[in-house]
Amino acid sequence: MAFVRPKHLENEFALYLDGVNVSFDGFKAINNLSLCIEPGEMRAIIGPNGAGKTTMMDIITGKTRPDSGTVLFKNNIDLTQYDEAEVANLGIGRKFQKPSVIESLTVFENLELSLKGTRGVLQALFYRLSHEGLTKINDILELINLAEKRDDTAANLSHGQKQWLEIGMLISQEPELLLIDEPAAGMTDEETMKTAELFKKLAKNHSLVVVEHDMDFIAALECKVTVLHEGSVLAEGSLDTVQKNQKVIEVYLGR
Amino acid sequence: MKNNQTINESNKLKLGPMATLLVGDKGGQRLVMALVAIAIIFPFCNLMFPEDSIFHVSTYALTLTGKYLCYALLALSVDLIWGYCGIMSLGHGAFFALGGYAMGMYLMRQIGERGVYGNPDLPDFMVFLSWENLPWYWFGFDQFWFAMVMVLLIPGTLAFVFGWLAFRSRVTGVYFSIITQALTYALMLAFFRNDMGFGGNNGLTDFKDILGYDLQSAETRSVLFFASAMALIFGYLISRFITKSKLGRVLVSIRDAEMRTRFLGYKVEYYKLFIFIVSAMLAGIAGALYVPQVGIINPGEFTPINSIEIIIWVAIGGRGTLFGAVIGAIAVNYAKTYFTGAFAELWLFMLGGLFVLSTLYLPKGIVGAVKSIKEGNGKISRLYFFLKEKIASIKGGA
Repeated sequence: MAFVRPKHLENEFALYLDGVNVSFDGFKAINNLSLCIEPGEMRAIIGPNGAGKTTMMDIITGKTRPDSGTVLFKNNIDLTQYDEAEVANLGIGRKFQKPSVIESLTVFENLELSLKGTRGVLQALFYRLSHEGLTKINDILELINLAEKRDDTAANLSHGQKQWLEIGMLISQEPELLLIDEPAAGMTDEETMKTAELFKKLAKNHSLVVVEHDMDFIAALECKVTVLHEGSVLAEGSLDTVQKNQKVIEVYLGR
Repeated sequence: MKNNQTINESNKLKLGPMATLLVGDKGGQRLVMALVAIAIIFPFCNLMFPEDSIFHVSTYALTLTGKYLCYALLALSVDLIWGYCGIMSLGHGAFFALGGYAMGMYLMRQIGERGVYGNPDLPDFMVFLSWENLPWYWFGFDQFWFAMVMVLLIPGTLAFVFGWLAFRSRVTGVYFSIITQALTYALMLAFFRNDMGFGGNNGLTDFKDILGYDLQSAETRSVLFFASAMALIFGYLISRFITKSKLGRVLVSIRDAEMRTRFLGYKVEYYKLFIFIVSAMLAGIAGALYVPQVGIINPGEFTPINSIEIIIWVAIGGRGTLFGAVIGAIAVNYAKTYFTGAFAELWLFMLGGLFVLSTLYLPKGIVGAVKSIKEGNGKISRLYFFLKEKIASIKGGA
């Protein structure tokens, strides 16, 4: 990863949501949600089940269309106009809640598929991995600690290793904005802390949105926290202030 | 080519891209060699040895095997989309039949004045329906090259239009299977109608010759047999080329995790469309080679059951291996020919039973079973070694 400040960090914001609404069969999953992520910022999103965290990710990545509201990427790209593949190619990478790697391909092939580059059908038919591509994959293999598992099929990895592989796939896509859903699930404490370190390193050149339940992990990220509840922002600030917020305590402990 | 372990980069270049396709693909190497062998031996034994010689292969056996080779190509085309991309088409018989009809139309036009009514321009069934002119869509089919282009173009176009609508609307899984069944059923009903201009329920038949050669002669049959074997090799190499490329890995990734593939930036619908069209064209070629060998094409080829049977061939042979599909198609069809002769009423029950058994005990088909015996794991291999031990102990006891 280069240490020159990337151009996209000069933008006013990386992600901008304003007045977004989505309902499914009358149930308001997202209710007048507004959120702004600065370039190069890392943001943790917490909230009880059903708070709309995953739906928010779905909206940003083009999987779900909002009923109303603005969703902008990098100042002026209206994300609601694109489908998942187009959003990915605009520079937004997403990691799912359940580790989702391509089970019957090897670790190497998983990374090769994710590698930034052309996505056309005929180009894929005659594709050859370039030397730089190979170096990049090897670097990522080292970074995610899977160099030894290079030629194993992804199905044979442990849960934690699959999580890492998926993070590696995300990195090899070279996105500007990363949306990461529960990365620490199924990881040992040591792995969790290593993940937090990795994210902090990534945050130097990328914008990150991390959804997580594990409070130790969030504390380790040392970043601004947004609490979602019933589809809108309940509180925002450092982890400490948020945890002391009376409304947040009520939501988490029940009324 | 055989010693694939020792092959190095410079050898690879000398062999060219086509030969390196089979590197590391033992099943494929054996399949191609076997096909080359029978493509030469069968016609040779048919033409060169007199009928009473033990080396003689009858024209009946030759044609029957040629038919199976066409089925094998059809199975291959289904494995390409089902085995690699997870698209279970239950309407692939339609593409096969359309390729067959395109060839049949050419063969009809070749009959010329030799028809029952002796009309040089109109096929018999049109004269019978008192049509005066050849319908526009029959134009060009007197030319062999035109018919051959249509063999690819008609199934390809249908696959394009149908696939575009289905994949863009994200119709997947069992819903896709059901609409493909509906597609082939609708085509069957349409082709049954006399006003369609494809011979109604009699279809197209009474063919005389192809490119001026008598279709009944042993020589022509031999050439058609040879062509079928070559088409199968060609189909195999194309499929192998696709599945070995990065495109093949994108297909597998669509099969395993479609959403993930989208979020990696791949337009899933384009990939599906591409492979669906290639597959439909291969099925069309299979149909076109099938028709001159069996001498008839009628709407029965569109029946939904045919398409389901193809899926069974692939499942029994071993899905997602390409050569497994070929083995499955040939094995099941030989069994079918034998058993429909011996106990005709039971065949469908046996086919159904075979499917259930293979799903339960051979989830990866014949190919998977052989592999698991070699590696010594899985249910089937335990059964194999159990039986082997029993047999050995019986022999030892006696």
